[in-house]
Amino acid sequence: MISELEQFRSETLTEGLVKAIRRYDGRPVSIMEVCGTHTMAISRYGIRELLPPSVRLISGPGCPVCVTPSFYLKSALELCRREDTILATFGDMMRIPYKGASLLTEKALGRDIRMVYSPLDSLEIARQHPDKKVIFLSVGFETTVPVTAIAVLEAARQGLDNFMILSANKTIPAAMHLLSSDPEVAVDGFLYPGHVSAVIGSGLYEELAQTYGIPGAVTGFDPADILGSILYVLEQIRDNKAEAANLYSMVVQPGGNPIARGKIDEVFEPSDAVWRGIGRIPGSGLRLREKYRPFDAWSLVNGSVEELDEEAGGCRCGDILKGKCLPSDCKLFGKACTPETPVGSCMVSSEGTCAAYYRYQ
Amino acid sequence: MSEIITLAHGSGGKLTHQLIRGIFQKRFRNDWLLEGGDSAVLEALPGQMAFTTDSYVIHPLFFRGGNIGKLAVCGTVNDLAVCGAIPRYISCGWIIEEGFPIEELEKIAESMASAAQEAGVFIVTGDTKIVPRGCADKLFLNTSGVGFIPEGLRLSPTLIRPGDRVIVSGTIGDHGTAILIEREQLQVETGLVSDCAPLNGMLELVTASVGGAVRLMRDPTRGGVATTLNEFTEGQGFGIRLEEHALPVKGEVSGLCGMLGMDPLYIANEGKAILVVDGAQADRVLELLRSHPYGQDAAVIGEVVVDHPGKVYMRTLAGGHRIVDMLVGDQLPRIC
Repeated sequence: MISELEQFRSETLTEGLVKAIRRYDGRPVSIMEVCGTHTMAISRYGIRELLPPSVRLISGPGCPVCVTPSFYLKSALELCRREDTILATFGDMMRIPYKGASLLTEKALGRDIRMVYSPLDSLEIARQHPDKKVIFLSVGFETTVPVTAIAVLEAARQGLDNFMILSANKTIPAAMHLLSSDPEVAVDGFLYPGHVSAVIGSGLYEELAQTYGIPGAVTGFDPADILGSILYVLEQIRDNKAEAANLYSMVVQPGGNPIARGKIDEVFEPSDAVWRGIGRIPGSGLRLREKYRPFDAWSLVNGSVEELDEEAGGCRCGDILKGKCLPSDCKLFGKACTPETPVGSCMVSSEGTCAAYYRYQ
Repeated sequence: MSEIITLAHGSGGKLTHQLIRGIFQKRFRNDWLLEGGDSAVLEALPGQMAFTTDSYVIHPLFFRGGNIGKLAVCGTVNDLAVCGAIPRYISCGWIIEEGFPIEELEKIAESMASAAQEAGVFIVTGDTKIVPRGCADKLFLNTSGVGFIPEGLRLSPTLIRPGDRVIVSGTIGDHGTAILIEREQLQVETGLVSDCAPLNGMLELVTASVGGAVRLMRDPTRGGVATTLNEFTEGQGFGIRLEEHALPVKGEVSGLCGMLGMDPLYIANEGKAILVVDGAQADRVLELLRSHPYGQDAAVIGEVVVDHPGKVYMRTLAGGHRIVDMLVGDQLPRIC
């Protein structure tokens, strides 16, 4: 009954990799998986348990919902309370709490909030409701931004002036530089993002590895992908080398996807961005270019997403996102902060580090 | 008869009678219903009786593999069947929003009639209410059902022992995934349909020949297999260990779930049963299930264990382990 895909995930394939990893006898190391989907896969397949005690996996800031500042949510809540507005959003945003409210509770109170699977779905809603402003909550990395860009281009082409986006989009390179250079973030190796790299390519990582002397590998999401990449990083460390490998070459090209990047560049320009828990990272955000400003829902909000963020008392999401501590080190984890009553954003999204730790223990 | 339901159909007058006779009595045809009394007067059933009720508010009303009517009959039949009961009589309450097309009502009643016939149950009493536009979402159904438990059959969580096996009667997550595709109009080409089906025939095959081997049965509807198994273990002195490689999941379901960040273990089923059975007789139960059209993909997916009491955990494809917890809220499609 096992499909070909499942064979690819099977134990027979991973067994050899696990054995090789367990033979690692060098100094204790911390390897950071940057991407939220990797965090989920590692928990889902129970990979941590297969590693020797000297190899620790720490989770990075690669869950887009988790790094979205609370100011953004405050603005989204304000917008959804306007009579003339329909808010369109990905599902993960629905449950994030802000001062006792969330989009889920607002929806229950009768606000028009629609869950969509693609930014293009919100264009369709805008077409059907010409009398309403349809605002898409545009949150995500290079993976989702190209489609948002296409939605904006389409809206411009079709003259859909009731379509807008509230952008808190972020880009990975500046954050990777920060993580690599921050002395407080003790990372010995990286598992680079998979989907993001399909867009931006693997070139960045060679530069990072050289500049900061930290090895890493671009990896996919199946157990063999992840274990293979961990093994690669361990071998690099053992041999005192710091190279970057692309071990997900069936999806990631060295030059990435220039068409997708072209769409991003056409519609967006770099801006500073505030990452929840981390703070401002210059050049790590995206805002609409002058030409597309009419689609910018920030014009309806007082303030901007670049404003600094406030963190709920005691919540250590910031340290967790930087890999400085584990969820279990936070005194709220599993007590005041659970998936039912999340305090920080890391507990909300299914890709959040705390949620992944809580769910799969 | 007019093409749509109006408030006049609920007035109790002529149109109400036309509706009842022309749509419901015509299709559900049985002596108890045709008698037309305020209650159906039934023969007492032998032995212990099982009694259940459920309401159906599904959107969309028509989906791949069924509609709300088939779902309502199968759901009630299955709730009885997993308690070991032979389902017998069903009631049906209709709450209809004015403006509802009569043609659709007829199709739904037709499906209920054929599901009832397949399951060998009779729809013996019913009620119809029409509500003004906006007061209900097209159509809500409620079905209640009674059945009797064959002498000597006893199912109870207290019978579960370490070493017992956990069996699922077929592929998981089909219904919820099919509904999701339909509801969200996802642009995916797939032959996937809801598994909505009456399971009493299949389960009677098992209970009639090896009833003593069966500890407990449940149909994993809302919340999916993971939630049902957690209900089994909650507060108990045993745990359940699942084997990920043994889970029967259709390629379409695992593919779509992977894309949307969902887990088939938490997706609703409407034509599957989970059975906890004596380990020594698991093969025999499996053989019986597989001999029935609805049970061809039945599989042993796990075992009752002494470690991890109160918990469900899974040995993953990679050879690691993880806890399979109860679902919190709805599964929400993720960003990337």
